[in-house]
Amino acid sequence: MNIINFTPISALTGGLLIGLSVALFFILNGRMIGISGIASNFLISKEKRIENLFFLVGLILGPTIYTFFLGQEIQITISNSLFLLIGGGALVGFGTRLSSGCTSGHGISGISRFSLRSIIATITFMIVGILTVSITNIL
Amino acid sequence: MNKIVSLFCGIIFGIGLVISEMINPAKVLGFLNLFDAWDPSLAFVMIGALIVSTPLFHLFKNKDKPLFNSNFSISANKEIDKKLIIGSVFFGAGWGLAGLCPGPAISSIALLNTSSAIFVISMFIGFYIASKTK
Repeated sequence: MNIINFTPISALTGGLLIGLSVALFFILNGRMIGISGIASNFLISKEKRIENLFFLVGLILGPTIYTFFLGQEIQITISNSLFLLIGGGALVGFGTRLSSGCTSGHGISGISRFSLRSIIATITFMIVGILTVSITNIL
Repeated sequence: MNKIVSLFCGIIFGIGLVISEMINPAKVLGFLNLFDAWDPSLAFVMIGALIVSTPLFHLFKNKDKPLFNSNFSISANKEIDKKLIIGSVFFGAGWGLAGLCPGPAISSIALLNTSSAIFVISMFIGFYIASKTK
């Protein structure tokens, strides 16, 4: 194992903002953020649909506002394999709803509440994610 | 007021994803590439988020109600069942294949990237299928 591209300061700073968002949403609106929950409830449920929509719009506005005020282009590298994108997307969508949470819902909100369920979910998807990447690297 | 809070929290969350670079699938895959060339950065995203959200959650959870709502709604589900494990396995596999989880995927729509859009559409189809099979 070699360590590469390590950016602890920006990672920590971004993390603090994400934690602030989770805390404010709880203190003000009374809900714990889970993006898969917010997005799928927006799709399938009428309850709090506008509130959920506004969160998703904010999530998309975030990068736009960042670029506008800092004038920095956001560079990402993403696969263009249809198989990986469609397969990955479907697995993420189906899996997060089956387990009722994703990186934010279990990994941050759930662990904040010391939920054993979320701790187990987070360990599971981390291990499977690491195994998936390790196996794809060999193939 | 709830809607404005929602929009505001979404924006802060989205900016957090950009600054931490979690919005970049290559960065996420670097974190999951533990056994080869490992980029530990994303562990710091989680630490950063938890050191803010954990104390604030426990400080406010016993209050009568949130500031702009009549009650707190927190998941009461404590069951560690097959659904939790199988769902997490599926999610982990998809996360490892594309390097995207729901937050960064939706946020990256802002970059008008075709790959992100395809992923998000497929993810929403996954949400829909899961809602029909529950």
